[in-house]
Amino acid sequence: MATNPMHQFNVYRIGPEIKLGEVDISFTNASLFMVISSITILLIFNFGSKKNSLIPNKIQLLAELSYSFISKMINDTAGSEAKPYFSFIFSLFMFVLFCNMFGMIPYSFTVTSHIIVTFVLAAFVFIGVNIIGFIKHGFGYLKLFVPSGVPIILLPLIVVIEIISYLSRPISLSVRLFANMMAGHTMMKVFGGFVVGLGIVGGWLPLSFAVALTGLEILVAFLQAYVFAILTCIYLNDALNLHH
Amino acid sequence: MELEAAKMIGAGLAAISLAGAGVGIGIIFGNYLSGAMRNPSAAQKQFPNLLLGFALAEATGLFGLVVALIILFAF
Repeated sequence: MATNPMHQFNVYRIGPEIKLGEVDISFTNASLFMVISSITILLIFNFGSKKNSLIPNKIQLLAELSYSFISKMINDTAGSEAKPYFSFIFSLFMFVLFCNMFGMIPYSFTVTSHIIVTFVLAAFVFIGVNIIGFIKHGFGYLKLFVPSGVPIILLPLIVVIEIISYLSRPISLSVRLFANMMAGHTMMKVFGGFVVGLGIVGGWLPLSFAVALTGLEILVAFLQAYVFAILTCIYLNDALNLHH
Repeated sequence: MELEAAKMIGAGLAAISLAGAGVGIGIIFGNYLSGAMRNPSAAQKQFPNLLLGFALAEATGLFGLVVALIILFAF
């Protein structure tokens, strides 16, 4: 296990093999950690909102803090019109955050270090934002690609660039989260390999590095969930308030 | 040239893009610090923007790292 730093990203089947036609839908370790993080979120918010006391206990404090944090973020970036989409962005943030944080436990599995998971999340956001934009503005939503105040000669070039940058949004959104998580976990495993390789004499230096990296990775795990949510808000803002 | 050696060189070249991420993160934090020193009362309000810029700058470098890993492990 210590020899290959990429070994931690292996997806393997636990339990019986289930096939739906050609597609393998058996329960894997990735699905196990998704279930664990979803259940943890549900438990926290069930216990957090059960007894609403004026002086909150710890779980209620956690629930209230995360709620007000995301609510404030949506209000600041996407305006009050984005209020109906609060529950979607909140669950997106909490899911990504808990998947990242559960990945920080040693010998656990990081769900978000697989591009297919993050790409599905980003594709949901992209398709949803498109639908909202077209419902709200009709074909006027295409004005998004024509920025105001651009000289008419430059316009064909600008429109092409805008369309390409718009279409690359789901890719950059998903690759950002995936690359951050994968790079961080690979780096931690590489330093762990150094500790084993250098032994009792020289292993202390990489060990202290690994401890510092764990702190950095916890910061990154929170930060990437936050960035994922805030970029969703920014895209939603483009769809809701055209030419603000 | 051997294919294996070419792959290693290519992955190493792709990882150079992380230098750009380092420069970007340094610029973001340095400018935030100098701005916060000039006007400490406005610093707290710009902290989310700092984190956003940090994450965006780091991500562009990591795209290069992903290319390196794809060269090493996917082909």
